[in-house]
Amino acid sequence: MLQQLEELKSKALRELESIDNIKELDSWRVHYLGKKSSLTTILRGLATLSLNERKTVGARANQVKTNLEDSLGQKEQALREAQLAAGTEKEVIDISLPGRPLPIGRLHPITQTLNEIGDIFTSMGFQIVEGPDVEWDYYNFEALNIPKEHPARDTMSTSWVETNRGERPMLLRTHTTAVTARVIEGMEPPIRVIEPGKVYRYEASDATHVPMFHQIDGLAVDKGITMADLKGTLYEFARRFFGEERKVRFRCDYFPFVEPGVEMAIECLVCNGKGCRLCGNSGWIEILGAGMTHPQVLERGGIDPEVYQSFAFGIGIERLPMLRYGIDDVRLFFSSDLRFLRQF
Amino acid sequence: MKVPLKWLREYVDVTLPPVELAEKLTMAGIEAKGTQVIGGKWENIVVGQIVAINPHPNADRLRLPTIDLGTEQQTVVCGAPNLKIGDKIAFARVGTELIDGHTGQLMRLKSARIRGVESSGMVCSEKELGISDSHEGILVLPPEALVGTPLADYLGDVIFDLDITPNRPDCLCVIGIAQEVAALTAQSLHPPEVSYEEFPPPIEQQIAIEIADPDLCSRYCASLITGVKIAESPPWLQQRLLACGMRPINNIVDATNYVMLELGQPLHAFDYEKIKGKKIIVRRATNGEIIVSLDGVERTLSHDMLVIADAERAVALAGVMGGANSEVTDDTTAILLEAANFNPASIHYTSHQLALPSEASMRFERGIRPELTVPALKRATQLMMQLAGGQAARGVADVYPGKREPEPILLSADKVKQLLGVEFNLDQIVNILTSLGFTCQPAGSTSEVWVTAPYWRSDIQQAVDLIEEVARIIGYDKIPMTMLSEPLPQQNPEPVLSLKRKTRGILVGYGFQEVITYSLTSLEMLNKLTPEAHPLEPIPLRVANPMTADQEYLRTTLRANLLAVLTSNRRHEEGGIRLFELGKIYLPRPKDLPGEPEILCGLLSGARLEKSWQGDSGSLDFFDAKGVVEGLLNQSGVAASFKPSDDESFHPVKQAAIVVNNNRLGVIGELHPKVAEAFDIIEAVYLFEINVTDLLPFTIDHKMFQPIPRFPATVRDIALIVDTSVSHQQVMDIIKSFSLVNQVAIFDVYSGAQVPPGKKSLAYRISYQSPTHTLTDEEVNKVQQQILNKLSQQLGATLRT
Ligand SMILES: [Zn+2]
Repeated sequence: MLQQLEELKSKALRELESIDNIKELDSWRVHYLGKKSSLTTILRGLATLSLNERKTVGARANQVKTNLEDSLGQKEQALREAQLAAGTEKEVIDISLPGRPLPIGRLHPITQTLNEIGDIFTSMGFQIVEGPDVEWDYYNFEALNIPKEHPARDTMSTSWVETNRGERPMLLRTHTTAVTARVIEGMEPPIRVIEPGKVYRYEASDATHVPMFHQIDGLAVDKGITMADLKGTLYEFARRFFGEERKVRFRCDYFPFVEPGVEMAIECLVCNGKGCRLCGNSGWIEILGAGMTHPQVLERGGIDPEVYQSFAFGIGIERLPMLRYGIDDVRLFFSSDLRFLRQF
Repeated sequence: MKVPLKWLREYVDVTLPPVELAEKLTMAGIEAKGTQVIGGKWENIVVGQIVAINPHPNADRLRLPTIDLGTEQQTVVCGAPNLKIGDKIAFARVGTELIDGHTGQLMRLKSARIRGVESSGMVCSEKELGISDSHEGILVLPPEALVGTPLADYLGDVIFDLDITPNRPDCLCVIGIAQEVAALTAQSLHPPEVSYEEFPPPIEQQIAIEIADPDLCSRYCASLITGVKIAESPPWLQQRLLACGMRPINNIVDATNYVMLELGQPLHAFDYEKIKGKKIIVRRATNGEIIVSLDGVERTLSHDMLVIADAERAVALAGVMGGANSEVTDDTTAILLEAANFNPASIHYTSHQLALPSEASMRFERGIRPELTVPALKRATQLMMQLAGGQAARGVADVYPGKREPEPILLSADKVKQLLGVEFNLDQIVNILTSLGFTCQPAGSTSEVWVTAPYWRSDIQQAVDLIEEVARIIGYDKIPMTMLSEPLPQQNPEPVLSLKRKTRGILVGYGFQEVITYSLTSLEMLNKLTPEAHPLEPIPLRVANPMTADQEYLRTTLRANLLAVLTSNRRHEEGGIRLFELGKIYLPRPKDLPGEPEILCGLLSGARLEKSWQGDSGSLDFFDAKGVVEGLLNQSGVAASFKPSDDESFHPVKQAAIVVNNNRLGVIGELHPKVAEAFDIIEAVYLFEINVTDLLPFTIDHKMFQPIPRFPATVRDIALIVDTSVSHQQVMDIIKSFSLVNQVAIFDVYSGAQVPPGKKSLAYRISYQSPTHTLTDEEVNKVQQQILNKLSQQLGATLRT
């Protein structure tokens, strides 16, 4: 009986050795380890043997069974690995081929810039508000200390909207500060707003002028707001927009609706302050105008300047991506040329 | 405003190098756009004197002047026609960098043999020195120039080009800048001293002055100088005028311009003999009144304009330009000199109406103070007598209806701190203001002071104006940085803003490129959108002063601009184009600002996907456009239906209105071929348009959570045969009306050989589901039969077998 077992074992292992695919493994398993296999028969027949024989044959039969099962496992693993290795070779793909194309959309660089600035100021508690593009002369000029025949009007050539004789003069707003005038009139302090939008000038187009462009004005009104707060707020904006290293400068300037007035400039991005054509050899590039809101402007809008203090600022938008990306012609933004727009 | 450093130095000690001074002025609000150094490269040029002139042996046009340089004499070859023995000239030694008189290029002077004669050095023209473009002859220096001294000592200078803000007319003069420099560098100011002898009879007996319109003229002063001799001004004066960008004319006119540049008050010199009736009347012009201005142009005036008239006619446009009829000429012997103050708005109006900006009008329209008139008048009178001789009449005529006492302003150190956020003590504040010419008087408490602005400052009305003076002289760089520390105001964000941002994001995700186009367009462009080119509704708002014909009307649609964008990009783009713009259109409203709804307009055209090795994916079509709209609305939580539409811009049968709750919010469609043709488009174009402003209310409804189904769905496919006139929507509405139907999707549309003519086949996948239990086959069969019955009854549908 033992000898029979040995023969069975060596035959089974020999056959297993010669198998070279997984399907045949199964028939091998059925043949040698299945319910009807000789091994199973032997194990079932143990009961008919003497106690002594039962012990030796039983032990040996179980050893052989374990041995065959282990060998089967090893063989199966070896065959699977071999199969994978063989298959991979056939399944090789050219990974340098392009992926299936999807259409790619992009926001206009001006929208991207407006969003970026909007996010910076909203994180400082400013809320975004908008006003009309077509505006009354009052909000664009009169309310902001720029009466008729004021020289400041000369610096903002205005496109007027045709109205009938005797009607209120209507214009395309020349600055988003017009929204500031509306906010002062319409909102109760405390106020912290930014006002993005399109503005218009009566100007011929060239590389640095377009008849329509974008601005963001800002306004904060509360008890105890100071010029130091204005400086802190705008330097923080500059830090986040232009980076930690970019030097910023605050100098005195004039806008009729603020006092004191401020012009903020950053160190030139091209020459880093040494002076070049872009910055007119000054080393500085003007980024925005600002100041403490003029008491008359607050008063005209119904806010008591004895109680409340306020700062205001206005940022020209097109300039910022022009500086950041080195764009040399502002008209490109409105050319809608896909070769331009795809770059952002 | 151009300010020469040498001139500036007459009134203030300049202690800083020019570049640092320019920087300081800039920071304090007077922006130095540039500093031009004259004579920076003149170290090898000295003053010489011509002591002999000999002919050139080999050339008629050339001569050989001998120049005395103090230490030595040099003989050079020179072609200038104006050589004269005894003249002082600028002599350049070999090695000097000069501008070549012919080419305009910079060159280094070398010794040369010119027609056989050795020449080491050169007598220079103004062009060669870089002073002006004049190259007709050599520059002749004033006789007092010392032979042998460096030329830079005579002609070298630094010219500051300053940008003066409209609120500071007091800085439109050298003394005004000197005052700023004095305050910024802690120096004192030395104004010019004025005194001259006067001769009887008193001026009042020789001229009568009347201000008929005191609202437009607050003060009119005049002096009278008789026995003057008109001549050229001396070189030093001419040079200063030129350095400041003004052209010298004669000693009288130059004196008025000089004093204007020095003190900021415009002056005007009349030929006294030409003033009829020896009377000056300051009055409004009559409508249609005509005057020939100094430039020889005939001007027709209106009643809004102010003139200076004599007993008979207008003799000047007040504050803008003199009249030809009273002009100072070479024969003039008596000068009536005017220093007046005019209403800024009136001057602004007149100079703009007549398109006649002048140095005078520019100063008046910014609002200079009437107190300036007399000091300037006296200074100019003195200068004229220096330059042209003559005798001044006794006194000045002075009519001053607009006299106002200066009002002191109360300022406290607290107020300064409150506004600037940094503390300065009262002494500091008083020192700064005093250095700018303000007078400070003690007030009730030790922390307050009464401040009166100096007579030349017109921009100081209230305490904040004084605080700016303090801040800018101390320097804005001394102001600290703090973050807003007040509690955050309540935030009430406008929902349309987030809808716009979200919409843009969704479209970009769908592969659309955003564009921004001009709000202004032309009627021609808008009219292209209607195939019959009839007048557009509504008629767009027109700009009263259009810059160009293509930017004359405010757009009432975004479509035209997007189509133009497609056309222009097609010149270099072959593949599929997906564009959108989200912006305002402008809809006129009577006697009000226009409505400005936010419109989304999208455009699709060309290949659906980039040409790929994976094969062709076909061309974009109506259903790509509709898919975008459906996706967008779905993501915005809006249920829309699509109804037949009759928009003229679109193909008559390939368009659909986007309807939400019975409101037509937009349209999708294929562009009408005739419209495409008008835009030079030769391909199929699909547009969609949604009024985002009108859409907004439907996007902010609360969404309610629907529980996720606990029981499995049973999915069945059915194929129906219906008449071609039956729409998918009709079938869909019926299927969806059964409550156990959870989802329906159409997955095939077919008409052709397999179905009878006039019919089409529609195949649907229906998912049945119950929230309470797992559906049995019998239940599903029952519902499906009910659905088929209803489809058959209402639409004549049969099951396709
Ligand atoms: Zn630079």
